[in-house]
Amino acid sequence: MKKSKVFWGYAILALLIYAVVQVMISTGAINFYYQNMLITMCINIMLAVSLHIVIGITGQFSIGHAGFLAVGAYISAIFTMKLGMPFPTAILAGAVFAALAGLLVGIPTLRLKGDYLAIATLGFAEIIRIVFLNVDYVGGAAGMQVTHQSNWTYAFFGVLITVLVISNFTNSRHGRACISIREDEIASDAMGINTTYYKVAAFAIGSFFAGLAGAIYAHNFYILQPTAFGFLKSFDILIFVVLGGLGSLSGSIIAAIFLTVISTYLQGFPETRMIIYSLVLILVMLYRPTGLMGTKEITDLLKFGKKGGTKA
Amino acid sequence: MEWIQQLVNGISLGSIYALIALGYTMVYGIIKLINFAHGDVFMLGAFIGFYAIARWEMNFFLALIMAMMLCAVIGVIIERVAYKRLRSATRIAALITAIGVSLLIEYTVIFFRGSSPEAYPTVFAAKNFDIFGVQISTQSILILSVSIVLMVLLQFIVHQTKIGKAMRAVSHDADAAKLMGINVDNTISATFAIGSALAGAAGVIFGVYYTRIDPLMGVLPGLKAFVAAVLGGIGIIPGAMTGGLVLGVVETIVSALGYSLWRDAAAFVILILILILRPAGIFGKNTREKV
Repeated sequence: MKKSKVFWGYAILALLIYAVVQVMISTGAINFYYQNMLITMCINIMLAVSLHIVIGITGQFSIGHAGFLAVGAYISAIFTMKLGMPFPTAILAGAVFAALAGLLVGIPTLRLKGDYLAIATLGFAEIIRIVFLNVDYVGGAAGMQVTHQSNWTYAFFGVLITVLVISNFTNSRHGRACISIREDEIASDAMGINTTYYKVAAFAIGSFFAGLAGAIYAHNFYILQPTAFGFLKSFDILIFVVLGGLGSLSGSIIAAIFLTVISTYLQGFPETRMIIYSLVLILVMLYRPTGLMGTKEITDLLKFGKKGGTKA
Repeated sequence: MEWIQQLVNGISLGSIYALIALGYTMVYGIIKLINFAHGDVFMLGAFIGFYAIARWEMNFFLALIMAMMLCAVIGVIIERVAYKRLRSATRIAALITAIGVSLLIEYTVIFFRGSSPEAYPTVFAAKNFDIFGVQISTQSILILSVSIVLMVLLQFIVHQTKIGKAMRAVSHDADAAKLMGINVDNTISATFAIGSALAGAAGVIFGVYYTRIDPLMGVLPGLKAFVAAVLGGIGIIPGAMTGGLVLGVVETIVSALGYSLWRDAAAFVILILILILRPAGIFGKNTREKV
């Protein structure tokens, strides 16, 4: 099949899913509870995919993703609530500021490797959270009132844009460069790839979409508090990526959907939820350290009959 | 004399960080793993100490020893069950497992006893000594003396005993140590046991000093102890002690200047600065990366 045909096939499928759900929402077949779950699912997919480009594609172990989520959430909330801007502008602003934060954090820290990078990004995320905790303009610890403006349309198109951009980036020349950095940083440096440039670029793109998710997250509830962006949130996002497979875009999406459904049903038992999460995390790492899907995509699994498959 | 007072408080806090950091630095030195669960072993130590003193009416030293012993056992179990299989796995897999173990310990404790905090019983009558106008509480003296005794003990174990020699050999080169007839697995377990025992002791004295413990108390001190270990140069025992003390004093100064809400940020700012400016830490030597 020609590549453009595949693309249009997916585009029609996506629009069909959107239209069906939208019709079901407007006729009341999906009630408020499930609508909320769908939006949470979309936010989680965006977060998983945006972290996937940093950890799965570029191989940079960042565990401070909640920090960029917080930047996107707070900046967009400031734009709508304090400056009176329309919601789409606020989404864009949240994403842009998160990307700037990503650049700011990425340029100094991406010289570090492995564990040190992990702990430094965790530290940066905590610093971001503490800054929001101490700024009275955004309500400090008490939190900030935000109107409910996110709906299925914003959430769905957020996911669509995120997945589209990140999958296209992965399959481009730049994405290949990032993958080579994941496989062997020193060798790809020797091959003439500007490793710092690509690491920072992937980091900034990841932060951009985390900010986008943050903007939708902020306007999905009525109050925004810094406690929502601690390291538990970062670990939650990390779990999506790891469980789905380090390096698999569809894997992270499936894990995000699956875990959102599970945690929605376990909402009444938060301890049990975390025990299950952590056990799953340990067992997956012990028996399948590359995650459930590895670096495979769902499309690879569907065409196992054909030798070699279509050339991307 | 206000600043000496703050310095004493800072050193008390810093010696708790130092005790936790010692375990981090030993484990990192030997298997190159950030043991995220270490902070939770610290929490378990605090709870074991609490139950020992409040429920089973032991005295402080007995409780301290019991917490240390149980924590040592827990540390070895964690290593054998979760980390042993991952010695040859990627660093990311090991780190994620460590995060998983940490969450598992925290939420298992919450599952069994709830997340409400517990008030530590007083073990010593609060009495202040007045030394040149500086008020020093019995608790501070207790913390300092316990920490110093444990650190001296650790130095003795690492430098004078056979197991200490084996630990240093494995951390230097595990394969060569194996060829020389050292049982690497047992040595790694011993490292976990000693590190976890120190964390357990830190948990008990933390409880006595701050009188408030809860199941998530291990997270922040754990991360800060890691910062302390990095600050001193990871894998270096005197470095961890110095790093812990420096961090404790800096935090206390930040609080004393009226920025107590920024206290936690200070530790991470220090971490990022040290990682960027001097990644090997205060005591570390810069080594060239091998290709």
